[in-house]
Amino acid sequence: MANVTLRDVKKAYPNGFEAIKGVDVDVADGQFCVLVGPSGCGKSTLLRMVAGLETITSGEINIGGKVVNQVEPADRDIAMVFQNYALYPHMSVFNNMAYGLRNRGMKEAEIKTRVEEAARILELGTMLTRKPGQLSGGQRQRVAMGRAIVRQPKVFLFDEPLSNLDAKLRISMRVEIRKLQRRLNVTSIYVTHDQLEAMTLADILVVMNGGQVEQVGNPLAIYEKPATTFVASFIGAPPMNLMSTRQDEIKSQLGGSAGEAGILGIRPEDLVITDQTPSGGVALSLTVEAIERVGAETFVYGSRAPDEQRVSATPGELPPGEIIVRIPGTEAPAIGAKIRVAATRNKLHLFSNDGRTRIEA
Amino acid sequence: MVEHRRFGNLLPHLVLIAGVIVVAFPVYLAIIASTHDNSVIANGQMPLYPGSHGLETYWNTIMSGTGRTTREPVGSMLVSSFIMAVGIALGKIAISIISAYAIVFFNFPFRMATFWTIFITLMLPVEVRIFPTYKITSDLHMLDSYSGLILPLIASATATLLFRQFFMTVPKELVEASKMDGAGPIRFFFDTLLPLSVTNIAALFVILFIYGWNQYLWPLLITTRDDMQTIVIGIKKIIDVKDALTEWSVAMATAVLAMLPPVAVVVLLQRLFVKGLIETEK
Repeated sequence: MANVTLRDVKKAYPNGFEAIKGVDVDVADGQFCVLVGPSGCGKSTLLRMVAGLETITSGEINIGGKVVNQVEPADRDIAMVFQNYALYPHMSVFNNMAYGLRNRGMKEAEIKTRVEEAARILELGTMLTRKPGQLSGGQRQRVAMGRAIVRQPKVFLFDEPLSNLDAKLRISMRVEIRKLQRRLNVTSIYVTHDQLEAMTLADILVVMNGGQVEQVGNPLAIYEKPATTFVASFIGAPPMNLMSTRQDEIKSQLGGSAGEAGILGIRPEDLVITDQTPSGGVALSLTVEAIERVGAETFVYGSRAPDEQRVSATPGELPPGEIIVRIPGTEAPAIGAKIRVAATRNKLHLFSNDGRTRIEA
Repeated sequence: MVEHRRFGNLLPHLVLIAGVIVVAFPVYLAIIASTHDNSVIANGQMPLYPGSHGLETYWNTIMSGTGRTTREPVGSMLVSSFIMAVGIALGKIAISIISAYAIVFFNFPFRMATFWTIFITLMLPVEVRIFPTYKITSDLHMLDSYSGLILPLIASATATLLFRQFFMTVPKELVEASKMDGAGPIRFFFDTLLPLSVTNIAALFVILFIYGWNQYLWPLLITTRDDMQTIVIGIKKIIDVKDALTEWSVAMATAVLAMLPPVAVVVLLQRLFVKGLIETEK
């Protein structure tokens, strides 16, 4: 039970590369914090700094009211689940979980109780004598979690623990991790590059890019009010449509100061195929280029007027000028059809020209 | 697999069988010779069938050796050779696994320079540095001793390199998980790294045991006492007699006895040996 506080944490490598450029994060006791961002954004480095596996160049990391900058990983009272599980291949499941406790000089009887309790929670009871090589991916994952649980640490650290699992297992393990964390009520920090995992797991979401925090907050609040174009396009799938407001068609529709904003963003689900233009809203003419039917919903990929350029935002998944529209059901216009889509005023997101500032219209 | 063709397989098999005969025939001859009375061989007749003096010859060889040239029973030569070979193999493994551990898992100044220095000693086998090595061994009063037989031979660049390559395949996360579990460097070495290296150690042991067993030049130089004599040198001395008939049956029995321990080591550790060489998944 502890809160974790990061104050202006920086990491620079000897070759001058700045991996973390000053991060402030507060995780309250029992909260589930998710660090999300594209690869190379520094999220894993940050987690490893909390774990004590990387040194801290400057700033302060505080776990449970104690600055741990100079504390050895084993003495920070944390447990970590690694991406490749890092189980000891030559030890049985029982010994894998018991190893850390034995090193701390705990009594065998107490170790046995703790491991068996963890095995019961994780449904590993029948596998305690097996070696990791005889387990499936999901079972190894659970052993790795068991190894963390038996320690009864102040903080759990997860480093992309689900990325080695197949899609179906990933979803069920995701739910399991969340339930487990609620039940044990242990402060957790979780690193992922999967925005869906991030949205579903987090109490508090930290979106990172290029070694900096782009936005911190409740996942839904971030979804509804992304602070930058990076967050706007990273959180949510498919990503938010971003377009320049310089173009006359949009500028005239927005009118006034909003028209000067620079970048306009509309989420695919906020666009409706209609001939009307809602007052204060924005309507766009599209030529349908591709249709993706996934069952409950359909994604329509349309191109705007040919000279229109989509504002490039990292990660840029779309060629310039393309707009995605999400419509419920499977009814969709034909490819090549000309359609008009519109969004109401309260569904518009406005950003400054460089995409770094959100503008409330 | 291509279709089974009788004649297609015949030629390769003939070649293989011929190869086996070429390799095995001298061994067979040695065994046969060791079962005949010395006079039979001394007559210049080399029979191809087993004789009747087998047990007697081996008993005499092991317990008392030849009556004339060496005053040492072959049994004690076997013991000397065994101590030397095991000492060299275990010593090489112990030193190289520790140096590889330092080179791979610790970041110290001149780490790569250290590695390359070790690597370069590949170019300096005992034969090249024999005079200085002898001088040092003699100055340390280690002539005619097991430590003198073993210690100068136990630094091994090859084994260090092999362990280094293996250690580099050990996932970094395993080291970190150990750190989190409160295991320091020594605990990690004994609890995790050593158990993972068992197959590699076994494979190396086979190679190094045979290397140690077959040492000739170094033991020849530094042992003068008969009770320190190794069997490889013993064979030579048994054959090389002046003004008398070579006791060929005893010489052949000694050769056969000299072959057995390496064969036993290979047979016993074969499974681990093969695993150690081919295993990639850790």
